Amino acid sequence: MNSFFSGTRLRDMIRAIRACKTAAEERAVVRKECAAIRTSINENDQDYRHRNLAKLMFIHMLGYPTHFGQMECLKLIASAGFPEKRIGYLGLMLLLDERQEVLMLVTNSLKQDLNHSNQYIVGLALCALGNICSAEMARDLAPEVERLLQFRDPNIRKKAALCSIRIIRKVPDLAENFINPAAALLKEKHHGVLITGIQLCTDLCKVSPEALEFLRKKHTEGLVRTLKDVVNSPYAPEYDIAGIADPFLHVRLLKLLRALGQGDADASDAMNDILAQVATKTESNKNAGNAILYECVETIMSIEDNGGLRVLAINILGRFLSNRDNNIRYVALNMLMKAITVDAQAVQRHRATILECVKDSDASIRKRALELVYVLVNETNVKPLTKELIDYLEVSDEEFKGDLTAKICSIVEKFSPEKIWYIDQMLKVLAEAGNFVKDEVWHALIVVISNASDLHGYTVRALYKAFQTSSEQESLVRVAVWCIGEYGDMLMNNVGMLAIEDPVTVTESDIVDVVEIALKHHALDLTTKAMALIALLKLSSRFPSCSERIKDIIVHHKGSLVLELQQRSLEFNSIIEKHQNIRSTLVERMPILDEATFTTRRAGSLPAAVSTSGGASLNLPNGVVKPSTAPLVDLLDLSDDVPAAPGSSGGDFLQDLLGVDLSPAPTQSGTNQVQKAGTDVLLDLLSIGVPPVQSSSSTTDILSPIQNEKSPIATLDALSSSSSPSAQATSSARAAPMMDLLDGFGPSPSKPENNGSVYPPFVAFESSSLRITFNFSKQPGNPQTTLVQATFTNLTPNVFTDFIFQAAVPKFLQLHLDPASSNILPASGNGSITQNMRVTNNQHGKKSLVMRTRISYKINNKDTLEEGHINNFPREL
Amino acid sequence: MIQFVLLFSRQGKVRLTKWYSPYTQKERSKVIRELSGVILSRGPKLCNFVEWRGLKVVYKRYASLYFCMCIDQEDNELEVLEIIHHYVEILDRYFGSVCELDLIFNFHKAYYVLDELLIAGELQESSKKTVARQIAAQDSLVEAAKEQASSISNIISQATK
Repeated sequence: MNSFFSGTRLRDMIRAIRACKTAAEERAVVRKECAAIRTSINENDQDYRHRNLAKLMFIHMLGYPTHFGQMECLKLIASAGFPEKRIGYLGLMLLLDERQEVLMLVTNSLKQDLNHSNQYIVGLALCALGNICSAEMARDLAPEVERLLQFRDPNIRKKAALCSIRIIRKVPDLAENFINPAAALLKEKHHGVLITGIQLCTDLCKVSPEALEFLRKKHTEGLVRTLKDVVNSPYAPEYDIAGIADPFLHVRLLKLLRALGQGDADASDAMNDILAQVATKTESNKNAGNAILYECVETIMSIEDNGGLRVLAINILGRFLSNRDNNIRYVALNMLMKAITVDAQAVQRHRATILECVKDSDASIRKRALELVYVLVNETNVKPLTKELIDYLEVSDEEFKGDLTAKICSIVEKFSPEKIWYIDQMLKVLAEAGNFVKDEVWHALIVVISNASDLHGYTVRALYKAFQTSSEQESLVRVAVWCIGEYGDMLMNNVGMLAIEDPVTVTESDIVDVVEIALKHHALDLTTKAMALIALLKLSSRFPSCSERIKDIIVHHKGSLVLELQQRSLEFNSIIEKHQNIRSTLVERMPILDEATFTTRRAGSLPAAVSTSGGASLNLPNGVVKPSTAPLVDLLDLSDDVPAAPGSSGGDFLQDLLGVDLSPAPTQSGTNQVQKAGTDVLLDLLSIGVPPVQSSSSTTDILSPIQNEKSPIATLDALSSSSSPSAQATSSARAAPMMDLLDGFGPSPSKPENNGSVYPPFVAFESSSLRITFNFSKQPGNPQTTLVQATFTNLTPNVFTDFIFQAAVPKFLQLHLDPASSNILPASGNGSITQNMRVTNNQHGKKSLVMRTRISYKINNKDTLEEGHINNFPREL
Repeated sequence: MIQFVLLFSRQGKVRLTKWYSPYTQKERSKVIRELSGVILSRGPKLCNFVEWRGLKVVYKRYASLYFCMCIDQEDNELEVLEIIHHYVEILDRYFGSVCELDLIFNFHKAYYVLDELLIAGELQESSKKTVARQIAAQDSLVEAAKEQASSISNIISQATK
């Protein structure tokens, strides 16, 4: 013993730390202790190793670094006595995790301890291995663990079983070695061994189809019998919880049965009786009983269909839902989510209760309920449900508003029966929670407004009124400002009054006031202010009487510190002052935005993303850069390329000022581009689009200086062209291009992979009656995930009804299937259904995609089924 | 699978942490901070589940201590509540009406009990008696080793007198 270092006892150290009044004091005590422990470690002091490690664990728990103690764990584990090993293993599990290199050093000690004659030492080693082993250790020590599954003492067998679970989770290849010993554990009587054995089998089923098949064939009946015995077992004080013998065993048995019954009618059949018994006989007044019922319901929902049982299960959920215990209601909502795929009607019956849960004071329950409501909405109940949700939006918590708003918007977009309803609901949401609304939502709203020409007046008046009360809601302000810019004259003259409206008296200067407020509001961001400036420019032409005032406001921003605003106000000012003759044509009302292309664009589909862009056309051999006759036309034009462009004259360009033209550009052939190169190079320059062949962003940048020399106004072009690369990125990430213009101020560096993700359309399946085409796209920065848009075309002269497309993928892929655009496929290719999928390839670069598909539909009410296997996907997906 | 077990006091002081999936030291303190914040701020009548980063945290309060277990989406929350209760009952028997101070000064013992109850994030034993027996047997091994050591040191000290 070292007389110089006597050290404090563990108890004293804990006391000293607890006595500290401030964090600084605590740090000081800990620092002193750590210093003493380090000294002791350096002196290789054996007597205090045990105590030092205990102290270190406590210090570690407080969040201080303790890595210097790691080697001490290994030394303690390597010593002979049980007390040293016990604390050593505890320290190992606490201070280290599987990612530390040091852990490898312990493999040898573990191996020796697994073969130790003292069973408690074997137990310690198994516990440590089960809790922190890495894949390499799992491989090295699997044979030892496998052997211990047959150890004489049941307490070792159960530990070995759980250890095996860790091993097969880390190294699924080892699963087959464990199938037989694991199956042997299912016959055990000792509850600990039985529970762990069942758990091991459940995990084996997850990683190994052979294990699943084997257990299903050989052990389904045995497990059903075991469950029967447990359910009917007499009172056993050792395992009793709330009058039920071993609920843990119940739950695990039900889980394994679920794995065996899923997708197998025979196995499902074998367990029907016992499931019915559990579902009806289990006491539901205590948590333990409810845990079993909950598990039982899930098993019933997952195994092959048995109508009677499912009714039973849904009834249990109904009972749960009306329970006063929040826990029970929470799990009921959770399970109804799964039940909805099985029996949507039955879940609909509980709609009112579920809607109440959305308003619960408990955030967990609210979240579950909201998700459930979201899937419950359909065409018939959308109006009342949306009303309820929007009413609730007014009183909901701030932190819940984000989720709620997103769901409401999505419901409204998906199911809106008519445009006026859509616009009304969106305006309510914007006014209530405009700051929570995502960009693409209000972009979509603008597209809809633009298309509803009979509602322009109504909308702009409604927005004007909403603005008066909710001017702090950013998205509302943006939509309002945009609409006022476009339809401001309708606001004033009460054009297109609907019967339900009250007339408003608004003067020109009131309208300019609104835009001015938006422009000057300190809380609103740059995008909004930029939109307000554009609106002012438009109003200056529409309201000549206010032109001077507008000019003043614009001039005021000439001194803006924000480059974008400064530049725009300068340019707009010059338009107002010097270009009176073209101003009115310049600021004409926007052409109607194309809804269909906008939707496909939003869905991130490929065809719209493929278009020519400036860079591409300039790279053509004969691409000559002609100075455009009116550089102004490109002002702010971010349109994708315009279909009419090849034949268009300068006059037509004007139309594109501020224009967002979303028309789909067909995959361009070389000749097509040549044609265009002459006429609208500049237009292209600024356009958003992903070139079909090469990455063009760099060329776009090079162009900017060239342009700058052409005309003073062309600086604008440079500005917008510098923003266009970033706009490209966002547009493929499904934002509306017009808004990209406004968003894309920061010239963010373009990423070449944005452009690289272009794949040719691909015929995935073709039969005499049906053709499926896949279009692929990738999100930038996420090469593993492929967005697939499937297009279905009917090749027969008969209409397909009840059209359903299903797809399955192997384990290394993950598939997310969005709802199809319709379930009716018109005859003879007169239209198509599209459906989007998202496939994530976990082994990207190693394996390519494969997919099994099943398509069912009805021709003249006759069921037809087609199946296909697609394995010729492009390699690089 | 249970991803981790956390015990903290009403003041947010950590009393026990056990990680069954790899989290770095940094992540661990972040998780503890985040979760104790969320859970401590929840009212008494709310449900015992919190959805968190795609996982679920089941928690239950016993006197001044919060017992939390983080589980996967598809796990049975109600059963995990029973597991927590199971653990608390075993601790209670082992320490004889357990209190927070027991768990502070004998934190290593709380870990030993947990290791007899859970391995690899899965339940190991449903009988409280068996767990108690296992712990008792190992404690007595430690006692025996201590006695032996002290008798040896007595002999040595007598011999060197």
